[in-house]
Amino acid sequence: MHVKFVQPDGAAAALAMESGASVMITAVRNGIRGIDGECGGCLDCATCHVYVEESQYGNIPAPTADELELLGTITGLRRPNSRLSCQIKAPLAIDTLVVHIPESQA
Amino acid sequence: MSGLVVIGASYAGIQAVLSARDAGYCETISVISDETWLPYQRPPLSKEFLLGRQNEAALTLRNSAFFTSRKIDLLLGIRATEIDRDAQRVLLSDRATLTFGKLLIATGSCARRLSAPGADLDGVCYLRSMDDAIELRSRLQEAAEIVIVGGGFIGLEVAASASQLGKRVTLIESGPRLLMRAVSPIVSEFLLAMHRKHGVDVRLGENLVSIEGRNGKVVSVNCGQTCRIGADLVVVGIGGLANSRIAEAAQLLCRDGIVVDDCAQTSDPRIYAAGDCTIHDNVFAEGWLRLESVQHAQDQGKAAGLAIAGRSSPYVSVPRFWSDQYASKLQIAGISAGFDAHAVRGSIEEGKFSLFYYKGGRLVAVDSLDRSGDQMAARKLLAGRLTPSPEQVADPSFDFRSLMGLASETNAS
Ligand SMILES: Cc1cc2nc3c(=O)[nH]c(=O)nc-3n(C[C@H](O)[C@H](O)[C@H](O)COP(=O)(O)OP(=O)(O)OC[C@H]3O[C@@H](n4cnc5c(N)ncnc54)[C@H](O)[C@@H]3O)c2cc1C
Ligand code: FES
Repeated sequence: MHVKFVQPDGAAAALAMESGASVMITAVRNGIRGIDGECGGCLDCATCHVYVEESQYGNIPAPTADELELLGTITGLRRPNSRLSCQIKAPLAIDTLVVHIPESQA
Repeated sequence: MSGLVVIGASYAGIQAVLSARDAGYCETISVISDETWLPYQRPPLSKEFLLGRQNEAALTLRNSAFFTSRKIDLLLGIRATEIDRDAQRVLLSDRATLTFGKLLIATGSCARRLSAPGADLDGVCYLRSMDDAIELRSRLQEAAEIVIVGGGFIGLEVAASASQLGKRVTLIESGPRLLMRAVSPIVSEFLLAMHRKHGVDVRLGENLVSIEGRNGKVVSVNCGQTCRIGADLVVVGIGGLANSRIAEAAQLLCRDGIVVDDCAQTSDPRIYAAGDCTIHDNVFAEGWLRLESVQHAQDQGKAAGLAIAGRSSPYVSVPRFWSDQYASKLQIAGISAGFDAHAVRGSIEEGKFSLFYYKGGRLVAVDSLDRSGDQMAARKLLAGRLTPSPEQVADPSFDFRSLMGLASETNAS
């Protein structure tokens, strides 16, 4: 499967997601701007915030209580389709997941 | 002479070059690493990796697409052997040299070695790098009785992983409690109970005298007259030492680490240093500090990168650390050493709590167990020098954001 990253200015890049890999690590590994992932995905930093394409939000596993707790602390604008991208992992029942990168991270 | 040379391709070195590039630095950048792996995530080595839940490939932190996108040359498997400051060049293990306009030393730290008799027997292991972890992972499979020397983070995390793999684990710590330098006695007590509950035989105040072997292989650990513990694998986690030898040899100012200012500059203005290998004057510790954490390596690396790009922004982050043991997550913000009062939020019995530490009436640190929301609030409180009262801390309905003037912010939850 693939993940497509859309920057705030509309620029987009699609990358293959290896099985088991998260959206966050896929971005960090490949140098996608705007996703820091400082803690490596252990729910310690909230610097991997993204907005999942609204129509796809319901098609990926829902956030855990721990993720929701951390989402509640982000300083950037939180929306109903906000997720921490380190918690979204391949494989998903979607061919290409689309995520929008916020203006800034926590 | 121009261009940036970086020694060490881990959290500090990589964050620095990323920040420098993104801040507009446009000269050449070369990063040298004596490891053969692409930059990888180190914390999982003692956790998911030992448990077999993540393999080598899963730990890759930056791949070749990253280096291409930022126009960075990565030289793997090459060691910097000497810094020639007068000629502004670095000598490499393959006999090549690299000249630099600016240099960043991000060489990290290494495991302190045991000096007791028997320390060089086969079966005495350390854990610092991917190669160490690969070896330890395979030795763990074969081993039945494991002795861990040292009750610091690495020792405790390896103990947790080994006991989850069903091994008989004994941990010996010479001090009176676990994680003595990092957490308060209350957290030490909690961790002690947790490890004992999972079957780890934790022995405090126990000094290793020697390691005994047969045919060159470890068979037991000797703690003086009181005890001898059978072992076919000994894992030593007795702290880290800064990799600062190359800087000392170049006569840069060093003191248990390379001395840097708040923009990560060394005593030579063309040379910077960041991460585990440095020592800096830390406002939160009110003194000189050498930190070993991902947060520190990344934030100090960022300060170095920005300074190199001519956009200095001093490093003043709140020190942070996390550690996963069994299903629990310990998070630390600030420096609790020397605290004189504390308050509890949450429930110690249920294993979900935060301890807020005060010194002279001011909040100085917060340790949390499975309370990441508290921890995020704590970092903001500490960074803003805000002190909630002990009553506010203990009141579960109190929202710390009211102290930060953020209570009205739109945060759909
Ligand atoms: C097992 C383990 C678990 C950890 N868990 C956590 C955790 O849960 N949370 C946390 O915050 N921190 C954790 N840490 C600490 C964290 O990994 C370090 O603080 C961090 O890696 C420091 O980054 P660094 O870039 O300063 O140095 P390092 O990561 O040590 O990297 C330095 C690099 O430089 C290379 N190098 C050294 N000398 C030379 C030379 N002369 N020439 C070329 N290359 C050289 C080294 O081989 C190494 O690759 C853990 C560490 C270990 C070992
Ligand atoms: S990477 Fe830190 S919370 Fe997602």
